[in-house]
Amino acid sequence: MSPDRTTILDARALSRALQRMAVEVLELARGTDDLVLIGIQRRGVELAERIAKLIEKEEGVIVPRGALDITLYRDDLETIGPKPVIGETRIPADLTGKHVVIVDDVLYTGRTVRAALDELADFGRPKRISLCVLVDRGGRELPIQPDIVGTPVKVNGGERVDVLVEEIDGRDEVELVKTGGGSR
Amino acid sequence: MKSAVLGKDLLGLERLSPDQIRLVLDTAEPFKEVSERPIKKVPALRGKTIVNLFFEASTRTRISFEFAEKRLSADTVNVAATGSSVQKGETLVDTAKNLEAMRIDMVVIRHPSSGVAEFLGNRIRSNVINAGDGQHEHPTQGLLDLLTIRDKHGRIEGLKVCLVGDVLHSRVARSNIWGLLKLGAEVGVCGPDTLMPRGIEELGVCRFRRIEEAVEWADVLNVLRLQLERMEKGFIPSLREYYRVFGVTVERLERAPRRLTIMHPGPMNRGVEIDSRVADGSHSVILDQVTNGVAVRMAVLYLLAGGRPELAAAAKRASPPGPLSTSWRGGTTGAPE
Repeated sequence: MSPDRTTILDARALSRALQRMAVEVLELARGTDDLVLIGIQRRGVELAERIAKLIEKEEGVIVPRGALDITLYRDDLETIGPKPVIGETRIPADLTGKHVVIVDDVLYTGRTVRAALDELADFGRPKRISLCVLVDRGGRELPIQPDIVGTPVKVNGGERVDVLVEEIDGRDEVELVKTGGGSR
Repeated sequence: MKSAVLGKDLLGLERLSPDQIRLVLDTAEPFKEVSERPIKKVPALRGKTIVNLFFEASTRTRISFEFAEKRLSADTVNVAATGSSVQKGETLVDTAKNLEAMRIDMVVIRHPSSGVAEFLGNRIRSNVINAGDGQHEHPTQGLLDLLTIRDKHGRIEGLKVCLVGDVLHSRVARSNIWGLLKLGAEVGVCGPDTLMPRGIEELGVCRFRRIEEAVEWADVLNVLRLQLERMEKGFIPSLREYYRVFGVTVERLERAPRRLTIMHPGPMNRGVEIDSRVADGSHSVILDQVTNGVAVRMAVLYLLAGGRPELAAAAKRASPPGPLSTSWRGGTTGAPE
């Protein structure tokens, strides 16, 4: 491991965190009756899939899951420019009356979650929406808090959190990366 | 990542690189899903004002653009040549500058003269989208045709696509030829000599004089509209004669060695360039073209609206891309969340 990358969670620790998160999702939703897991593109989708599978193993029921790409709900198209390729948005069914759990890899400013809440509202009126993230790195710019956290990470200026998942990156790991840059 | 992915204006496919064309097609994919949602609308272009400036009759293209704009939450205004100050002799640039003085962001223009979109694009700050200029290009039609072919066949490269009919007067044909060649398709043209531009082969397309040859050769036939006024000007002897020689009929398709895909940009003259049984038959993807038109136009509007290179460059400097930040939200929090 190069000196500017520090492992926060290795593959086994990540797997344990997901198992605990799956249990917490079940407790929060009081079972699976109205539960829908929605992953945020891209790594949130993979994490939601894993949590759903863990719940299935535990409870023996299929949990509906979907994917959300919030690109078109961002508030910074002007400054950032269009994202080259927008991911798939797939909502399993009408969300009205459901308990939706949003799953994402890293919670930072909260702007992604804000966009996700806006987008979900266009697919129905869930009875409750909860937020489940693998890493909470602080630095919120909006009044948004997670309900379930895999691990909190303190991130200083010039550092960044990378979440790697097998399906996309070839291995499971959470790393703290020194970017040497400024305040981010 | 390049921010001004298409530049300021969309004038034609001749100017676009293969990568830029693929980018529009790939961006159109997720927009298809937006039109299937219970609420067919996303806020991506909220606050943008778009003027649809149509100097020529159009139903499909104008409505398709309007749906695309509205589904992206832009505010739209339609200006038709009739009933506007154009009738009082105002020049195009004056009209556009007056619109700009009302703080618009984009102009979608359809005009009977070739080159008007570029002329306008060079003179106003707003993004200009060519919705058909004379006999020059109709880029969004070319893009939606490419998307429809890709949907149906899973690829464009290596396919044989033949444009049938009035290639001479057709901006749809030109946009198709550029787009298809850039993405690696083989392109044919078939129609009466009077309706073929001279030297068309120099573009790298094959020329078929008989429709039977085209049917034998092609995977896809894109049947062009025969504008009825062409007959009056003596390009063809009669509509009946045209249908007899060049009409795309069930009998002709039955002799095709492979299953052909039939496209038509509309509006169709049933019984002139195309047999009704073909237009409504299982080979036809004509209505898929219309559905894809909205998605492609949403993609173009979205890509042009984000094209503020100086701002994007500043944003990029603020957050240097990490090794994994090829995707935006990816696993990295260095990129703006």
